[in-house]
Amino acid sequence: MKRYSAFAIARETMRQHTGWDRAWAKRTPKKKYDVIIVGAGGHGLATAYFLGKNFGITNVAILEKGWLGGGNTGRNTTIIRSNYLQDPSAAIYEKSRSLYETMSQDLNYNVMFSPRGVLMLAQTQHEVRGYKRTAHANALQGVTTEWIGPEKVKEICPIMNIDGPRYPVLGGLWQARGGTARHDAVAWGYARACSDMGMDVIQKCEVTAVRQENGKVVGVDTNQGSIDCDKLGMVVAGHSGVLAQMAGFRLPIESVALQALVSEPIKPCMDIVVMANTVHGYMSQSDKGEMVIGGGTDGYNNYTQRGSFHHIEETVRALVETFPMIARLKMLRQWGGIVDVTGDRSPILSKTPVEGIFVNCGWGTGGFKAIPGSGWAMAELMAKGHSPLTEEFSMFRFREGKFIDESVAAGVAH
Amino acid sequence: MLTLHCPYCGVDADETDLHAGGQAHLKREGPGSSDEDFEDYLFLRENPKGVHFERWRHVYGCGKWFHAARCTNTLQVFGTYPAQTLEPPQDIKKMITDARPGWSWGSFA
Repeated sequence: MKRYSAFAIARETMRQHTGWDRAWAKRTPKKKYDVIIVGAGGHGLATAYFLGKNFGITNVAILEKGWLGGGNTGRNTTIIRSNYLQDPSAAIYEKSRSLYETMSQDLNYNVMFSPRGVLMLAQTQHEVRGYKRTAHANALQGVTTEWIGPEKVKEICPIMNIDGPRYPVLGGLWQARGGTARHDAVAWGYARACSDMGMDVIQKCEVTAVRQENGKVVGVDTNQGSIDCDKLGMVVAGHSGVLAQMAGFRLPIESVALQALVSEPIKPCMDIVVMANTVHGYMSQSDKGEMVIGGGTDGYNNYTQRGSFHHIEETVRALVETFPMIARLKMLRQWGGIVDVTGDRSPILSKTPVEGIFVNCGWGTGGFKAIPGSGWAMAELMAKGHSPLTEEFSMFRFREGKFIDESVAAGVAH
Repeated sequence: MLTLHCPYCGVDADETDLHAGGQAHLKREGPGSSDEDFEDYLFLRENPKGVHFERWRHVYGCGKWFHAARCTNTLQVFGTYPAQTLEPPQDIKKMITDARPGWSWGSFA
């Protein structure tokens, strides 16, 4: 693999950019792999990457039924933060956030990580109490966050109207080291690194059946033929239920649509990420100048990657009150992704009832921020059978009542 | 916008008049049930890409709960029926079989 550098750009400039290699090799499946990862989104590719990097397991195939990073990895609003209430969540999300800081260097691929700061607005008394509590919990967990009052909010984000009649801004939970990154680049960077380690990234390869013998996984059937494996990692977000059904077990997950939209590009006006959880409105400004807006999920199961129009209306209506200047912006694009939501709004990184099958899912509405940490932890779980980061995230925690209840902790958003 | 026919008041209700209530036909567990049974009842859910049975409440209408048979892959609605039943009525099942031969959901087919 040729390294990307300023020198490489200069060299290619001299020869009309004819010397760039494919970022990752196009492969057809081999007969057998040590590990198959289903799902070449951020989480799947990160899992494969850390299997190779941390554990030297490189006989790995990453199967993707669509195109690389074309699911939720390419559909989210790219927010990165780690200000969670519960200890297991803070541990894995903070690990993830810290890995984002060096990801561009580690992968030799510019993922445009921008630690511009994430502000979660408190617009009800309930949220004020909740976020103060979270700030204290974060202090104990070693996650740097602080509670700030409305004047400070106005100072950090001048375009905000803090005296809205319905949703006044009462303060906020500020994580200065949170931010955004280029979501596609995260998938592309990991794919390039995986391919460089000799792994096979195989696109348009849909798994149609999971083969087992004596309660142990032996391989999968795909539209590109049968492939054997010793271990199988299911990292398919919204389609986790479909894959689990093929493997013969059930998951505490429901798949629903989550939508986002972007405006026409405008001059820089907001250099942080703002999350208004009470009204389900999340906004940041991309480097191109578009206002990137995320909303809430629909209430019903859906696999169509498009959601209900009235949710967009609700999101935009609420944001217009808090950000009056966006009222006359035109929206350029709107889209939806299928997110996998668990009962306690925390993810599942777990062994399964089938030996050799591991599952990484349930990231729900907030998986992008967790990509490197999730990959790190999942790789350790798959290689060693246990990981300190995944212990609490077992799929069997519901039976035992050991929830990691972020739905209560965060109010709504995750 | 999703539109469901309320089997009680006869209104074709828009999604904004309705509240989604999750999976239908859950078997409720009581004292003496095992941990697995309770896990099943409280947390494990059918999550099919295809035929699905759900509870809905006509919240800005008659206020009553009803059931809907719907396809999560195409958003096609097969029909709605009152909630006071342990399994979908025959005519709904037939409608689904005509549209999706070989379907199954939980213990129904």
